[in-house]
Amino acid sequence: MMKYTQRKIKNNFMKFLLFFLTLFAVIPLAIIFFHVIRSGFGALNYSFLTSLPAPIGQPGGGIANALIGSFTMIALASLISIPVGIFGGTFLSEYPQGKLSSSFSFVVDLMTSIPSIVIGLYIYAMIVVPMKGFSAYAGALALALLMFPIVVKSTEEILKLLPQNIREAGLALGIPRWRVILSIVLKGSIPSLTTGVLLSIARISGETAPLLLTAFGNQYWADGLNQPTASLTVQIYNYAISPYQEWHQQAWAGAFILLMTVFIFNLIARGILVKSQKDSR
Amino acid sequence: MKRKEVRISDLLFHNFLRGLACLVIALFLTLFVFLFASAQPTFLARGWSFFFESTWSPTKEIFSVLAFVYGTMVSSFLALFFAVPISVGSALFLTQICPKQLKRPIRTLIELLAAIPSVVYGLWGIFVLAPFIKNYIQPFLSVHTESLPFFQGPPFGLGLFTAAIILAIMIIPTITTISIEVFSSIPQLYHEGAKALGATDWEAMRMAVLAPGFSGVFAAVILGLGRAMGETMAVTMVIGNRADISPSLFSPAATMASVIANEYAEAGSNLHSASLAAVGLTLLLISMVVNLAARIIIRRARRNA
Repeated sequence: MMKYTQRKIKNNFMKFLLFFLTLFAVIPLAIIFFHVIRSGFGALNYSFLTSLPAPIGQPGGGIANALIGSFTMIALASLISIPVGIFGGTFLSEYPQGKLSSSFSFVVDLMTSIPSIVIGLYIYAMIVVPMKGFSAYAGALALALLMFPIVVKSTEEILKLLPQNIREAGLALGIPRWRVILSIVLKGSIPSLTTGVLLSIARISGETAPLLLTAFGNQYWADGLNQPTASLTVQIYNYAISPYQEWHQQAWAGAFILLMTVFIFNLIARGILVKSQKDSR
Repeated sequence: MKRKEVRISDLLFHNFLRGLACLVIALFLTLFVFLFASAQPTFLARGWSFFFESTWSPTKEIFSVLAFVYGTMVSSFLALFFAVPISVGSALFLTQICPKQLKRPIRTLIELLAAIPSVVYGLWGIFVLAPFIKNYIQPFLSVHTESLPFFQGPPFGLGLFTAAIILAIMIIPTITTISIEVFSSIPQLYHEGAKALGATDWEAMRMAVLAPGFSGVFAAVILGLGRAMGETMAVTMVIGNRADISPSLFSPAATMASVIANEYAEAGSNLHSASLAAVGLTLLLISMVVNLAARIIIRRARRNA
């Protein structure tokens, strides 16, 4: 047995160590933020947001097509995954008994563990090869597949938190179960469901790897949804690994826009959550 | 509504949801079908040697996966080596020591790390972290450990070590948030008991928080490992992309995910793209096994608690 003073010294030392470890967990966020703002903000200007990429060697140019491309694909993916995901989560929370429910839950868990690049490979084999070309459709589908399990899991967790007696009250009034689910359970959870949806949108806005194999990228405007399409993330990647100083700066500016978008989504989502928790108290 | 109509509409809704679930499960199964079909030429041409050799040469049309398995494993485990003490330490600090008002803000900051897109990590890795490692960390380490092969070699800045640090930062939020949940679910009574027996704060943490939470934290670590192995863009941008197995941690390497991202667009031959699909299939199977293991451990830990 150690002496009491020794134990006390060890105690204080360990407490300090834990404090420093926490500091180490928080510091990277500050450093990355600092660099993105410092290198990205200066390269921002109006024409960067509204013009097409400039050819190699020419100054200027922007990311207008990438912004629109990202927006289109994220919107399409949300259009598929939000309704399907919410219904999937509803199935898990409202009909949890039975083999189908547990295997569905298992599959959704496995889907969250698929590396995003593998989703890219899958959509490439399923959509890009038969359609003979990269397209916004393929990119949107890849994003939708990434988004779906996140929406299902968040919906399930949110609905399971709802007290059972709300459902029983509805059923006791003679309302059919599907109406209870749609008009009471789902409708009452709209604020927290919005949080889950916003977080999942933020999550797929940052995805690059699956888009590389599905939407590919484009230096010009895409002629339609069946054409290779630029996206903000792929553009940042291409510029970052290029050897041109000018493009590096544009990569930082793009990263600044991406980071701000994702963070605003996150903060709004958290804000809604906190507000709805306060309201229900 | 009549009673019968109610029954029918309920049945319709339930069956609609069931149909949806079946559809998703079917779609999930086609993932394996499509991947296996695209990878088949490689399996036919290379057989088992795809898995057990390390040559990857698009020019000679020889493809095997071992060099990338090595890159994935070394970078991920090295990332765990950095991330686990930091994550478990901060989870302990936040649940046991931290003043109440600071808890939420610090936790939010750590969770925001998970929100940073991986391409931004990659960009930061190329232009900030890699030069720092090239100019400061590697010269320092290689001078002080001349007899070891791990830290030698020309300083590129891009390589396994840089990738591991980026991965560590990316998985800190995963391990921390799960560990916080594990620690907060342990009954306060244990802690009070330890204190009542005269334990210091640290001893109480060790006996009444760390020890009973061990299996939960272990599962969190494995989930972090799964996330690190599947991470693509940040790693692709900083690992240097060379299909080599070299003892030095500072040498360029490639992971399963990074080789796909890096070579898919320019895969000329049929066999080349088939081999990349085979690499993808290998990665998928490994990360599923890892994730399943973590889930089983979590479920067991919950049952015991």
